[in-house]
Amino acid sequence: MSAILEINHVSKRFAMGGVFSRSYVEAVVDASFTIEEGQPEVFTIVGESGSGKTTLARMILGLEEPSSGELRLGGQLIGGKRNRAARLEFMRHVQPVFQNPFEAFNPLKHVDRYLEASARVLLGAKEDDQVDAAMDEALQKVGLSLAEIRGRYGHELSGGQLQRVAIARALIPNPEILIADEPVSMVDASLRMSIVNLLRDLRDNFNVTVLYITHDLATAYYISDRLAIMQKGYIVEMGPAQTILESPEHPYAQLLKDSVLSVADAGKAKVEAPDRSLAQKASEQSGTGTLVAGSGGRVVRRVAQE
Amino acid sequence: MTTGPDSTAVGQNDNPLTLTNLKAYYLTSYFGVEREVRAVDDISLSIRRNEVYGIAGESSSGKTTLIKTFAGAVRPPLKIVSGSIKYQFGDLELDPQAVSEEELNQIRWAHVSYIMQGSMSVLNPVRRINKSFKDFAFKHMGLSESGFWEAVTAHLARLDLVPEVLKAYPHELSGGMRQRVCIALATVCQPDFIIADEPTTALDVVVQKDVLAMLDEIRRSLQSSVVFVTHDMSVHANMADRIGIMYAGRIVEEGPTRTLFTAPKHPYTAHLVSSLPRIGDTSRKPALEGRPPNLSDPPTGCRFHPRCPLAIDKCTTEVPPLEVVGDDHRSACWRSDDVTPLTTINELESEGRA
Amino acid sequence: MAFFTVVRDLLRYNREFLIGFVFLSIVIIYSLLSFFSPVDPLDTYVVWPDIAPSAEHWFGTTSRGQDLFWRLSLAFRNTLVFGIMVSGMSRVISITVGLVSGYVGGLTDRILMIINDVFVTLPIFPLLLVIYFIVGNALNTYTLAIMMALLGWPFDARLIRSITLGLRHREFTRHAVFSGMSARKIMFEEHLPYVMPIVLTTAMANMLWAIGFEVTLAVLGFTNLSIPTIGTVIYWANNHSSMMVGHWWWIVFPVVGLVIMFLGLYLVAVSINEYIDPRSRLRRMGN
Repeated sequence: MSAILEINHVSKRFAMGGVFSRSYVEAVVDASFTIEEGQPEVFTIVGESGSGKTTLARMILGLEEPSSGELRLGGQLIGGKRNRAARLEFMRHVQPVFQNPFEAFNPLKHVDRYLEASARVLLGAKEDDQVDAAMDEALQKVGLSLAEIRGRYGHELSGGQLQRVAIARALIPNPEILIADEPVSMVDASLRMSIVNLLRDLRDNFNVTVLYITHDLATAYYISDRLAIMQKGYIVEMGPAQTILESPEHPYAQLLKDSVLSVADAGKAKVEAPDRSLAQKASEQSGTGTLVAGSGGRVVRRVAQE
Repeated sequence: MTTGPDSTAVGQNDNPLTLTNLKAYYLTSYFGVEREVRAVDDISLSIRRNEVYGIAGESSSGKTTLIKTFAGAVRPPLKIVSGSIKYQFGDLELDPQAVSEEELNQIRWAHVSYIMQGSMSVLNPVRRINKSFKDFAFKHMGLSESGFWEAVTAHLARLDLVPEVLKAYPHELSGGMRQRVCIALATVCQPDFIIADEPTTALDVVVQKDVLAMLDEIRRSLQSSVVFVTHDMSVHANMADRIGIMYAGRIVEEGPTRTLFTAPKHPYTAHLVSSLPRIGDTSRKPALEGRPPNLSDPPTGCRFHPRCPLAIDKCTTEVPPLEVVGDDHRSACWRSDDVTPLTTINELESEGRA
Repeated sequence: MAFFTVVRDLLRYNREFLIGFVFLSIVIIYSLLSFFSPVDPLDTYVVWPDIAPSAEHWFGTTSRGQDLFWRLSLAFRNTLVFGIMVSGMSRVISITVGLVSGYVGGLTDRILMIINDVFVTLPIFPLLLVIYFIVGNALNTYTLAIMMALLGWPFDARLIRSITLGLRHREFTRHAVFSGMSARKIMFEEHLPYVMPIVLTTAMANMLWAIGFEVTLAVLGFTNLSIPTIGTVIYWANNHSSMMVGHWWWIVFPVVGLVIMFLGLYLVAVSINEYIDPRSRLRRMGN
C-alpha cells in the first residue's frame, strides 16, 4: 500500500429529525485534495466550529462514510464494510492524535498499555524485549523515554506529556500519515510550542506527513506547508500556507485573518470590532462559487463572473 | 515584603480592590489522607479604577481560585488562611470575609459582577432570557417594571442584540450571542468592578473579536474596572492595561502590558511572550521544559526554578520577593536584570500607551 | 495489598461498613464452624428433643432431636454457598451480556435486550413452583442455584450495558481501537474496571434476592427438605408448630440469624459502592 491520500469530491450530509420532518446538514461539500507519496508535508485544514474540518478528518480515518465522493489510501477505498485485517492494515498507515490529552488514556490503567498494544498488534513485535524497544524508540522521538513513562497513570503526567505519549503511540506502527485534530488546544501555553515544534520535526526528521486540523491561524502559519480553509463545509481557499495567510483572497479567509488578535499591538488596550463588510461579503458568498486558480499556486472559491 | 505601586499615594486609596498577603488553600481530609493545596500563596495586588487588569496563568497557576476569593465564592474545602481582601466603591468599603451574606448580596451585581466561561452555566436552560435578567438584576436597579425593561432593552442594543432575544431560551441562541447576553447581564447594573473569567475561550476566532470589542466598549462607557482572567496572551495583549502573571499560586510579574511584552523581567513571562506564533514569522519558537507544578507539593525556593533557563543555586532555596523593577513594574526573580526579551515586537503604527 | 488498606480505611471511616462487616463476619464465622461440628447435623434423634438453650446445647434442640446450634451452622453454610453460587454465575452472564450489548451495539444489542426483557417480565415465583412440581425432590441446592442464576441476570445486564454505552464514546476507547486492540480485549480489560462497582453492589443484592427466594420456597415446603438450609430449618420448625408449643428457639435463632445476614450484606453493599466508584478511586489515587 503506497501512501497517497486522495480525497475526491467528498461530501457528507447528516440527516436530522424523524420520518416526517427530515432536515439535512451539509457538513462537508465537494472537498478534494491529494497528499503525494514521498513528500512529507504538514497539510493544515483551518476552520471554525461547524466548518466540517472534524467531519472530514473522521472520514479520512474511516470513522464516517462519505455521502458521495471517494476517499482512497494508496488506491484502495477507505471505509466500507471491511474485516479486521483490512482495518489493521489501514491503521498501520494512518494514525490519529486527538484533542483531549486527558481523556486519551484510561484513567484507571497505565498509559503504556496502548503503546504495548500498538507494538504487538500493529507493528508485529513478538518478544517482550522487541516490544519494549519499539515503545522506547517511539517515545524517544517525542522527547520522552520508556523508563519515565512505564507504569504511570494518566493523572501523574501533564497535558503536554500526555499528548506526546499519544503521539508516540501513533508513531509506533511507522505510519505515513498522522492526523492531528486540534492537538494543542487543550494543552497549556507553556507546553504548547513543544508539541507544535514536534509536529514540525515529525515532517523534517521522520518523514511523516501531518494532517493538522486547527482553528488557530498563527500555529497554522508557523508549521504548515499547504493550507485549506473551510467555511460551513466548503473549501474556500487552498494552497501554499504562508502565501494564503499573508494575503488571503477569499472574503472569509480575509475575515479570519482580520479577527486574529495580534501581539504587535500589545498595550494598545483597545479591541476593534472586525470589519463588518468583510463578514457580510463572507456570509453572502457562503456556499456559492467554484474553485478556480488564484495567485501564487492556490485555488480560491469564486462566484463565476458573467 | 512587597512594595506595591499604590503605596506612594499616602492614605488616598480608591482602588476598587486591594488584596494583601492573601493565602487561600484547599484543605482536604479524605479517608485519612490530609492534603493542603496551596492555590493562592501570598498574593498582594490592587486593581485601579477604570483599568483592565489581566491575570495570566495556565492550569494549576491558581488563577481560578484567586477569582473565587474575591468574588465571594469561598466554600469548603477552600479556605482563606490569612491575608485580607478589601473592596472600595466610592464611600462603601468592605471586607467580604467580615460581612454577612446579606451585605455581600447587596454588592453583588450592583458593584461586582461576574462573566463566566461557560455561558450555559450562567443562563438557566429552562427559563427564558428575560427571566434571568429579572432574577439577577431587577432588585439592584430599583426601577419600576417598565423602567427596568426599557433600560434592559437599551442596554442590549449596545451589545448589538435585538429585544427578541429576551423571549428566547438559551439554547436557541448561538454561542456568541449567549456570551453577549452574559456580558449584558453582568453590566446592566453598571457595576464598578467586573470579573471576567475566560469569557471568550470557547468561542470561534471571529466571534471572539466581536465579543471582546463589545466588552471593551461597554466598560469604557461605564468606566468600570475589569479583571480579565485568561491563559491566552494575545487576548491580554489587546485588552489589558496591566497584566499580572501567575505561576504556582504566586504573582511572578506584574506591569503595564507593553512593558511585559517588550521588556519582561521574569523568565516565565519572557517565555510566554516569545512562544506566541505570529503570522509573518516562521522562526523557531522556544519551548519550555518540565511540567506545571503540583500545588500540594510545590518546589522549594522559587517555584519556577525546575523549568527556568536562568536558575542558579539561590533559586532552589530562597523565595524571591515581588519587588519593583521599573515604572509600575514588579517582578519576583533573583536575576530579573538578566532577563532579555527573546523576541521583538514591531513598533506600533498608531499612538498607544507605553 | 491495596485491598487491605481499602478495607481498613472503610472500617475506620464508614460506620455502615463497620456494622455490616461485623454482622457478616458473625454469620460467616458461624457458618464456618460447621466444619468442626462434633455431631453430624443430618442425623436425627441423637439428643433429647425440645431442650431449651442451655450450657450444653447453646441454641437448644429441635423436636427431631438435633442440636440446633450445629444444624443451624450447617444451614447457614449451605445458604451462603447457595447465594454465592447464584450471584457468581449470574454476574458472569450479566457482565458478558451487558458488555457485549453495550459495546457492539446494533443488531446484537437489540436481540440481547429483547431476551433480557423477556426474562425480566417472567414471574419468577410461579415459575419456580412449576419447576418444583415437575422436578420434585431433585430440586436440590445446585439445580436451584442454576435456575436462579439463569433468572437473575437480566436486571443488572441493563445497568452494565448503560455504563458500557457511555464508555464506548470516550476518547480512550478510540485510542484503544487505533492501537489495534481487539473488541474482546477492550471490553474485558478497559471497560470492565468501570463496571465492577455496579457488579459488586448488585452481586450482594443478587445474593439477598436468591436467598430470599430460597427461604420463601423452603418455608412453604417447595424444595428438598432434607438438606438443611435456613429455609428448611424454619419449615421444620413450623411443621412441628414450635412457636405455638413454646419452643421459641427453633424459630427465633434462624430468623435472627437471617436478619443479621441480610442487614450485613445490605450495609456492606451500600457502603462499598461509594468507595469503589472510579471517580473516588481517582481521587484517592492522588489526583
